[in-house]
Amino acid sequence: MKKVALNGAGLLVALFAAFPVYWMIATSLKPNREIFSATPRPVPAEPTLEHYREILTGNLIPGVTFTDFFLNSALVAVATVLLSALVALLAATAVARFRFRLRTSFLILLLVVQMIPLEALVIPLFLMIQRLGLYNTLPSLILTYLGFSLPFAVWMLRGFVAAVPKELEEAAAIDGASRAQTFRRILFPLVAPGLVATSIFSFITAWNELIFALTFVNDQQKYTLPVAMTFFFGRDDTAWGSVMAASTLFTLPVIVFFLLVQRRMVSGLVSGAVKG
Amino acid sequence: MTTLTEATGTSAARETPARRRRRVDRLPYLLLLPCLAVIAVLLLWPLGQVVMMSFYKLDSVRQLRGDREWPWVGLANYAQILGDPFFRTVLRNTVLFAVANVALTMILGTLVGLLLNRLGRKMATFVASCVMLAWATPALTGTIVWKWIFDDTSGLVTWLFNKLPDGLSTTLFGRSDWTGYGWFNDPLLFFAILTLVVVWHSFPFIAVSVLAGLKSVPSELQEAARVDGAGPWRVFWSVTFPMLRPVFGILVVLSTIWDFKVFTQQFVLAGGTQDRPTFMLSIYSYAEAFSPPPKYGLGSAIAVILTLILLVVTGVYVRMVLRQEDES
Repeated sequence: MKKVALNGAGLLVALFAAFPVYWMIATSLKPNREIFSATPRPVPAEPTLEHYREILTGNLIPGVTFTDFFLNSALVAVATVLLSALVALLAATAVARFRFRLRTSFLILLLVVQMIPLEALVIPLFLMIQRLGLYNTLPSLILTYLGFSLPFAVWMLRGFVAAVPKELEEAAAIDGASRAQTFRRILFPLVAPGLVATSIFSFITAWNELIFALTFVNDQQKYTLPVAMTFFFGRDDTAWGSVMAASTLFTLPVIVFFLLVQRRMVSGLVSGAVKG
Repeated sequence: MTTLTEATGTSAARETPARRRRRVDRLPYLLLLPCLAVIAVLLLWPLGQVVMMSFYKLDSVRQLRGDREWPWVGLANYAQILGDPFFRTVLRNTVLFAVANVALTMILGTLVGLLLNRLGRKMATFVASCVMLAWATPALTGTIVWKWIFDDTSGLVTWLFNKLPDGLSTTLFGRSDWTGYGWFNDPLLFFAILTLVVVWHSFPFIAVSVLAGLKSVPSELQEAARVDGAGPWRVFWSVTFPMLRPVFGILVVLSTIWDFKVFTQQFVLAGGTQDRPTFMLSIYSYAEAFSPPPKYGLGSAIAVILTLILLVVTGVYVRMVLRQEDES
């Protein structure tokens, strides 16, 4: 009896959590007459890919397709990931491998800057971007997202570096390997999985971001996907089929990546709170 | 410096030749340099800039580019904001929204965490996977879907309310036909839906963290209490909660920080920055600065006020984390 109640509660929670995602995909597969009918169907009766065909082949604005916005977003996210991974790896190695005077101060700095409300930085960063002549360019976003993703990336990566046994590097050093060789041949391959996990977080940060992309880029052809979606789908007579198809294409990579790394997220954010 | 290195040096340093040991001193700083530069230029400098900008009257992009003078106005921007009755509305919205959302997120997240801990293996995996979906969904698309669910003609909620028996619907809400009903027009209803969206997005993190906490403490104590006849309520408050107190502390602070600066969900749900009665601090600051006519100085002052509020919360958070790093 108790078991039934618990399982029932579990199903309710699962329904509440997963339903919007299901509804997004289901709607994207329905023909318009099903989407706008008076009685919504829980499952598409005649599933169709017409909305996907619509957004993938049609122009959202003259000469610019959904794919172009997708590529803008991908370019920004990948560039952010590469820069962030490189800088974070150097810093994480410093923190995890060396004891130096300002080490603790640096760790505190990392914690504190993660708490800066990024929403409060739109105006000063807008000023900086204007001054640098980067307004209306994708590098303005890469630069901004690098700053946003780096502190968490270092915080997370330092655990991965610390987990590589020091003895391996010491053995390589005894065998005459230089510092650079030890780093490249021993530490880097062993930290690589951690680097992938960290990069996924940087990717998601850059991929999802809306406010800064909305503010720093004015030229419609350079819009990232989130901006394009709010701009072209935010109208009153919304074409929900196309919106849901676009949302699905935007969301799926994030969900796949996220499920690969979510364990790290919890340990990164509440690190130290729970022993074991 | 050399003696310090020898005393605290890593074992790797000890095995390298003496000449190299002196270089070790500088290497960590060199490795940190790019990271420090990024943090300084892209986070700390702008933070200082926003404070500075809040003391100027900045009304055009040409001023930002440096083509025009920056007239210093001292605290005039702050005086204007704090003297405006509208600011009180915004502050009330922000605080009430944050308190309600933190409370609901914590309660729902904790309950789901406890539930996941009690379910059988297969069921727990299934429910946890569904919960992950809500967490993984980007704020943008998650909000767009909820907006579709509350669509005034073909939305699921509109359909559900139309399904209610006419008599019941009329007695309860004073209307039986819900087609065309603007779910987002009434500020209170807007905040209720925004709360639904934000709680849906944020309870998974709480649930998973609470579950991780539960798994890390021995369950014998709870079982012993249960055998002794304590009810679930009593077991939670007398046994589980005290053990997980540090986790709850951090989760409450993190949620507070996140819920104080909700932007994307509100921006998408309201369809931009026109819906002034539902403004909260972050969107208020953005709208003042970037909606024409631009008022960058005024927007900066609001951003500073938001930052100061969060600074207090952050102080509490950092102290908690540091205390726990010491303990472990």
